[in-house]
Amino acid sequence: MSLFEVSHLSRSGLSDISFSLDPGELVCLSGPSGSGKTLLLRALADLDVSAGRVCLGAVSREQVPPAEWRRRVAYLPAESRWWAPLVGDHFPDAQPAMFSQLGFGEEVAGWRVERLSSGERQRLALARLLANEPEVLLLDEPTANLDPVNTGKVESIVRAWLQAHRAACLWVTHDQAQTARIADRVLVLDSHGLLEAAA
Amino acid sequence: MIQLSHTDLALAALLVLALALSSMRIYPGIARQLLVAALRTAIQLTLVGLVLKALFANSNLLWVTLISLLMLLIAGREVMARQHRRFAGRWGYSIGVVSMFVSSFTVALFALLVVVGNEPWYQPQYAIPLLGMLLGNTMNGIALALDRLTQSAWEQRAVIEARLMLGHSAQEAMTDIRQQVFRSGLIPIINAMAAAGIVSLPGMMTGQILAGAEPVEAVKYQILIMFLIAGGAGFGTMAAVHLGVRRLFDARQRLRLDRLQR
Repeated sequence: MSLFEVSHLSRSGLSDISFSLDPGELVCLSGPSGSGKTLLLRALADLDVSAGRVCLGAVSREQVPPAEWRRRVAYLPAESRWWAPLVGDHFPDAQPAMFSQLGFGEEVAGWRVERLSSGERQRLALARLLANEPEVLLLDEPTANLDPVNTGKVESIVRAWLQAHRAACLWVTHDQAQTARIADRVLVLDSHGLLEAAA
Repeated sequence: MIQLSHTDLALAALLVLALALSSMRIYPGIARQLLVAALRTAIQLTLVGLVLKALFANSNLLWVTLISLLMLLIAGREVMARQHRRFAGRWGYSIGVVSMFVSSFTVALFALLVVVGNEPWYQPQYAIPLLGMLLGNTMNGIALALDRLTQSAWEQRAVIEARLMLGHSAQEAMTDIRQQVFRSGLIPIINAMAAAGIVSLPGMMTGQILAGAEPVEAVKYQILIMFLIAGGAGFGTMAAVHLGVRRLFDARQRLRLDRLQR
């Protein structure tokens, strides 16, 4: 049985989207800009109103309280936002294990957000998301602003997470080489809708 | 008590006129607003004076109630007009009116029944000015708070949604904004209470003293009014923020900026 199943999802800017993700699977989503990839991810995280059926395992989204749904179906936007001065304020509990996996020491919790580089920001935004132990990751160009070293780190962290937790990931990217590196399957969203790309 | 003649008032009006004329060239928009507001003050207060005179002559609960409701509805309109991005549809009006009704009327009833204890309690000479003071200040607090709330939600959409994405509830995601919003609604009365008597002599007390009242009695009334206003404006702002935050999110705790105008 698939882990995450979307059928006939419609919202402003998108109509009749259906696909599913299996446990442990990493699916890349590409398509011309303006085709609605971000709109799709936002609808899946239930940030915008949409019609249609979205199920996580055996439960549909209506049966799950909204905050819990967003912890389990976690959306990482292209640009991360921080509301408190210190990195540690954005994590519910101390997460030393997560920090070290991402190549940070424990002292990172005391760092000031405004002093983070874009690479550090992106990795910490991912850490913040993974701290909720999501079952589905919706990543919107998570490595767009990163150098190859940081890109590699993010890719391997996500891979490791999917394997360890049998989670699934929908990863928006324009980078063909990245798609070839990480994707189990590729979906393409264009003006005609969502299509499975040939392997 | 020295009676003011129309000439006296006309002399004071010259001051406003002079200000409007001298600012006409550099700030034409404000000069116009200033004149319109001054004219409104003169007309509205004259009319209110006549209404109050008629009302005081026969204290009738029905009339007091009608006038109170009229004041409430006008205050509601004023709250709505002061919003840069108000809630669309009837919500833009009703959040302000409901919050003002709940707080101002409760506090006014409390003051009339428990504190002043007049016979009859709705004697218009007490009821109407008291409610007017309460409504005016509550209106200010609520207008400031709602304006700040909708504006902040609009500007900080990305941060609010970032917190929702991380599984925060709508209430948690709004924590920081709520603090600032509640503060902005209460700041006027907090400042007024803190500066009262030292930096400024409150208007009501000054008016009473000018009209010949004993200063110590005028002070007691002023303190009473300050506390009542703090209660009215505070609880009103609290109610408005509560209703406003609820309206900003739907049942699935999505931030619904489409519920604001424009």
